[in-house]
Amino acid sequence: MELILGLLVQGGQMLVVLLLAPGLVGLVRKVRARLTRRRGAPVLQPYRDLLRLMKKEVVLAENASWMFRVAPYTIFAATWVAAALVPTFALGLQFSWTADLIAIVALLGSARFFLALAGMDVGTAFGGIGASREVMIGAFAEPAMLLTVFTLALVAGSTQLSVVAAFMASPAVGLRVSLGMALVALVIVAIAENARIPVDNPATHLELTMVHEAMVLEYSGRHLAMIEIAAALKLLLYVALIACVFFPWGMAAAGSGVLAHLLGLAAFLLKLAAGGVLLATFETAIAKMRVFRVPDFLGAALMLGLLGTLLLFVSRSL
Amino acid sequence: MVSLSYDIAHLLAGGLVLVSFMLLYQDRLYSLLNVFALQAVVLAGAVAWQAHIQGAHHLYVTAAIALAFKAVLVPWALHRIVERLGVHREVETVVRIGPTMLAGMGLVALSVVLMLPLTAAENPLAREDLAFALSVILLGLLMMVTRRNAVSQVVGFMSLENGLVLAATGARGMPLVVEISVAFSVLIALIVIGVFLFRIRERFDTVDVAALDESRGERP
Repeated sequence: MELILGLLVQGGQMLVVLLLAPGLVGLVRKVRARLTRRRGAPVLQPYRDLLRLMKKEVVLAENASWMFRVAPYTIFAATWVAAALVPTFALGLQFSWTADLIAIVALLGSARFFLALAGMDVGTAFGGIGASREVMIGAFAEPAMLLTVFTLALVAGSTQLSVVAAFMASPAVGLRVSLGMALVALVIVAIAENARIPVDNPATHLELTMVHEAMVLEYSGRHLAMIEIAAALKLLLYVALIACVFFPWGMAAAGSGVLAHLLGLAAFLLKLAAGGVLLATFETAIAKMRVFRVPDFLGAALMLGLLGTLLLFVSRSL
Repeated sequence: MVSLSYDIAHLLAGGLVLVSFMLLYQDRLYSLLNVFALQAVVLAGAVAWQAHIQGAHHLYVTAAIALAFKAVLVPWALHRIVERLGVHREVETVVRIGPTMLAGMGLVALSVVLMLPLTAAENPLAREDLAFALSVILLGLLMMVTRRNAVSQVVGFMSLENGLVLAATGARGMPLVVEISVAFSVLIALIVIGVFLFRIRERFDTVDVAALDESRGERP
């Protein structure tokens, strides 16, 4: 019975992240448009875009290899699995015991690897530029992310997200400066990983500074749909990760009833909306930075993660 | 309750180290001065909290001095100086920001490794304060070393003094008269440096200290 319940929660989680991800992207776009006094596309527009892309035929470059055709599905699968492992509305996820936070980082890393390969596959100049920049950003973002994971693991005594979230919700966590630093570092990493504004502009299509869009320039039809929904899933994953670790209130405990799960779902929707509005506000308030400034920006995240770990070491050894 | 007061002290002292890193990260003079004022505010908070948990009332005076002098007076004076010199966009670093940050992390690790065994007999609060204070001092020194602009060197010097105040409050029993004289000597130093900055500018048309090397004949 418990196994069935766990599987149900896990299945629900996978469906919820998949269904909500385009909505989050739509919400961010809508809020950004409203903040710049435009009307903006409806929140449901990303769903319609995805359906339209699914129906359209795929145009392949002549020299595209099998890599180019396989990559979208690989990226989507890796991102979806990673998103399914982050507790969103309930803690008792069936699969969360098989993979911890480090595995999630690894899954996202492999998705990035395939995206960079696909960007270089056709051999256009834009794809190569995008891929090299993406890998540069990844080389700085991943260590920062792992240091944040270390800080969290040192505080909570585990890298399992369910355990970390349960610990953070308990009063034992106290007031720690390291956690604040980890939060800021994680937000910076999330902004860089999702190609949001100070690092990359998600709304651009023909600019020399673009990173993510440059890599997917050659994709069309259902391949593009896969990549777009993977990008949306990644955004949702990071918002859910920050919410689950630093704001773990309202999540249904393992083995609780239907009502608790519904409440958890409502709380998750609220957190997601708050995250989307905050992201849009931040993006409107700030200007995009030069590509050569990005290492400094991500270096700050790396430094914060390192400092958080160090300070934790001070307070623990006393 | 004991653990909460300890946590808040830890938060404020750790915040001070963090603001020291923010000072290293800045590349505009005005934002550098603003962050410096922020550091003084955090320092005042840390000192006032120490006064509260130690029950030492004279430390409140220290906090007030830090707030009045270093959060308001010194940044304001430096703002004026930067404005009159017209150098608000220039922060020439000798080393890039990334390596500087890494060196700073090394210094923090060094001060932790150095201070914790040295003060093993003390109470946790003082030990932690001393470790953080040493990191703030070393980061201030690092800032003075890695900047060429004389104004940001002054800021590095002042943030070094912030670390000294933190160490003094953590150590318990620094007399008020010492604290007041230190604060005033820093103020005097600011005035002297301010006059000196204008003299440098008058003579070399820049506040880049590399120009001084040239006049000593060290650089052809």
